[in-house]
Amino acid sequence: MSIELIKPGTKIDFVRYTVWAIAFSWALILIGVISLVLHKGPNYGIDFSGGTMMQVRFSGKPAIGDIRAVLSPLGLGDVTIQDFGTHGSSGGEEFLVRLPVEAAELADVSKNIGAALEEKFGKDAVEVVRIETVGPRVGRELRTRAILAVAFATLMMGAYIWFRFELRFGIGAAVALIHDVLITIGALSIFNYEFDLTVIAALLTIVGFSVNDTVIVSDRIRENMRKSRRDPLAKIINNSINETLSRTILTTGTAILVIVALFLLGGNVIHGFAFALLVGFTIGTYSSIYVASPIVLFFEREKGRRR
Amino acid sequence: MRNRSLLYRILLIVALITIAIVYLVPTFVTDLPDLWKQYLPDQRIRLGLDLQGGTHLVMTVEVDKAVENTLDHTSEAMKRELEEAKIGIDGIERKHLRLQVRLASNDSRTAFNDFVKEHFPNLTVESSTTEGGTPQFELALTKREEQHIRESALDQSLETIRNRVDQFGVTEPIIQRQGTQDILIQLPGIQDPQRAKDLIGRTAVLEFKLLVNVPDADDYVSGKKPLPSGDQILSGADVDRSAGGRGRRAQYLVESKTLMTGDVISDALVRPATQLEGPYVALELNARGAKQFDDLTGRNVGRRLAIILDNTVYSAPVIRERISGGRASITGNFDIKEARDLAIVLRAGALPAPVQIAEERTVGPSLGQDSIRQGMVSFIVGGSAVVLFMLVYYKFAGFLADTALLLNILFLMAALSAFHATLTLPGIAGIVLTIGMAVDANVLINERIREELRLGKTPRAAIDAGYERALPAILDSNITTFLSGVILFQFGSGPVKGFAVTLCIGIVSSVFTAVVGTRVVYDYLLSARRLQTVSI
Repeated sequence: MSIELIKPGTKIDFVRYTVWAIAFSWALILIGVISLVLHKGPNYGIDFSGGTMMQVRFSGKPAIGDIRAVLSPLGLGDVTIQDFGTHGSSGGEEFLVRLPVEAAELADVSKNIGAALEEKFGKDAVEVVRIETVGPRVGRELRTRAILAVAFATLMMGAYIWFRFELRFGIGAAVALIHDVLITIGALSIFNYEFDLTVIAALLTIVGFSVNDTVIVSDRIRENMRKSRRDPLAKIINNSINETLSRTILTTGTAILVIVALFLLGGNVIHGFAFALLVGFTIGTYSSIYVASPIVLFFEREKGRRR
Repeated sequence: MRNRSLLYRILLIVALITIAIVYLVPTFVTDLPDLWKQYLPDQRIRLGLDLQGGTHLVMTVEVDKAVENTLDHTSEAMKRELEEAKIGIDGIERKHLRLQVRLASNDSRTAFNDFVKEHFPNLTVESSTTEGGTPQFELALTKREEQHIRESALDQSLETIRNRVDQFGVTEPIIQRQGTQDILIQLPGIQDPQRAKDLIGRTAVLEFKLLVNVPDADDYVSGKKPLPSGDQILSGADVDRSAGGRGRRAQYLVESKTLMTGDVISDALVRPATQLEGPYVALELNARGAKQFDDLTGRNVGRRLAIILDNTVYSAPVIRERISGGRASITGNFDIKEARDLAIVLRAGALPAPVQIAEERTVGPSLGQDSIRQGMVSFIVGGSAVVLFMLVYYKFAGFLADTALLLNILFLMAALSAFHATLTLPGIAGIVLTIGMAVDANVLINERIREELRLGKTPRAAIDAGYERALPAILDSNITTFLSGVILFQFGSGPVKGFAVTLCIGIVSSVFTAVVGTRVVYDYLLSARRLQTVSI
């Protein structure tokens, strides 16, 4: 006897809940947009905003105020200091020190900060484990390229589905992808994750993964359309989604398993990346059922009305 | 027929596994026998800077400064030649990338036009106006000339930086051009990134100038008296600790005219500290330099000569006698490290234009170690969860899928080594993600086989139909993910590229292991063992 997540012959009437799904999707997107507005745009990391970020590891647990007291005489402008959690093996506390672009352009800024911290806390008690500096020009370039890459990937996916299936499937896939990316960006904003290069990598992976489900469902819809020409499209779509449902849940499930492992164990550096994947993969599965297919159906109805 | 194709497929898989293992051995075995090194791959999987620690720099060469320098030289030359040609001028001034020439009288307009054409063919007249009776010309370098200067400034900077890094001693540095004004520098595993940055970023223009010999120099320095034309004030390298200095850097009044520059240096060596003085840098000059130095010391005995690096006065010793033989030295208050770095930049030569850090990513070795460990832990935990799940859910078919997964990881790692790709932290995340996504192909196949079995087909028919019907969906869904990986590779830099690489390789090898690899086992069981039921 095999284990079955979804019993064969399961018939959930997905199409019936389309209206609710549309409302749900818009609500999620809206919440994201509101969060973006409240946060005054995405929380750009230095990859996109420019500036300098230093990750400093202390052997003890200094207070943020003490660190600020050391850095403020250096006259670096709007410095933010963020507690980055406790380092696993040494038990010391790590902090992120972020400097605005103007300070990053000063020569020797990271040297001076390191020296000032060593002077106050002792030479062996402070270790600068990471420095990232991005000049304003590079930041602008990266931002443009990131937007282009995500937009281009979405278009490519739509075009590929169009080429392999039909135009309406392609449009459905593209809309579903835009939906996934928007909701993921919204979620990142709500939980105040930073936008950096790894998040863009996550968005592109989401685009690639989410279209998988759309392909599988579309493939089945096409197959069933050939098999039973008489049936109304709504029924064919429903059947196709039901037939592929256990595969959809299984694949998403195993992917989510490893992403959760990355999120919990992969360390701070890829936290935002793993979070984006977590949200995007979940939403991507939902969207291939509730966004891509209804759009195919919508086109069908439009066609019928025009006739 | 079927048996023969099965044999070929088995041979193919065995061959691939062997090749993969051969490529992976150097990564896991430290002492390879010489015979191996000679005939078989000996490259280990290369770790990115974010894993092994190191510095990634993008330096912008201010190529416009090189154009400005050329214009400055040109304007000096023009002044001299205009005098010879007896064309009177009111002044020459450089405004950014243009030279503005004001003529003394309107009559010499044509003469000046001809003069430029004849003597300065690399300049073009951009505009000429007459303001208040004096004709004014705007000259610029020809587009081709400007382009050439920018290009060669970038190439020279690249060469100089490469020399400096080589002498600094970094294993396997990467130094290459990026675009029209940037230089990409990767320094794996360096211990003191700050020192490397200082060394690379220094323009290192060495100049010798005379101190102005007047008793009231201090008044000019402090601004009490206006600066005479032809003189300039430069700061010293050391903080003035004397009573009057108040902890500020010493200020020097020097003549603007440069008597000798660092391009005549043939060698620079560090001399260790003695009991009398700290370490210093001894310079050896080439023949031209030796003559220049002999000349300038001979004519200025008794005066102080300022030795200036990047507009900072290092020392200003008194010239006691004519110095022949082409030797000079730079002393100052530096330790042996600073002296060594100074010698390196003097040997490697000056940058033709200043450079600025456009991007820096430095990861300390301890953070790299942490990342490797965390990457491994999530790999093992995530991987085991998937393997276990597949086993429980699909039983024997799950076991097959898990075997395919292991093969997949083997191929993926081997491909990284074979293509000399770089493994980064996001790259490890890509491998972990591949594990989660790679089982998709097997899930598709297995679900399809289950469906066919439910329709009452025999195991053979169900397995055949399952693989065949699942194939288009598997290909389509993997091609789309592959495409987004390629786009990511185009867009990304460094670590993110590493992610794109593992993602794409993982997709190719997972399709192969799932579609070809597991099929072989079924075909074998069906033909040799006359399989009656499918455990799925």
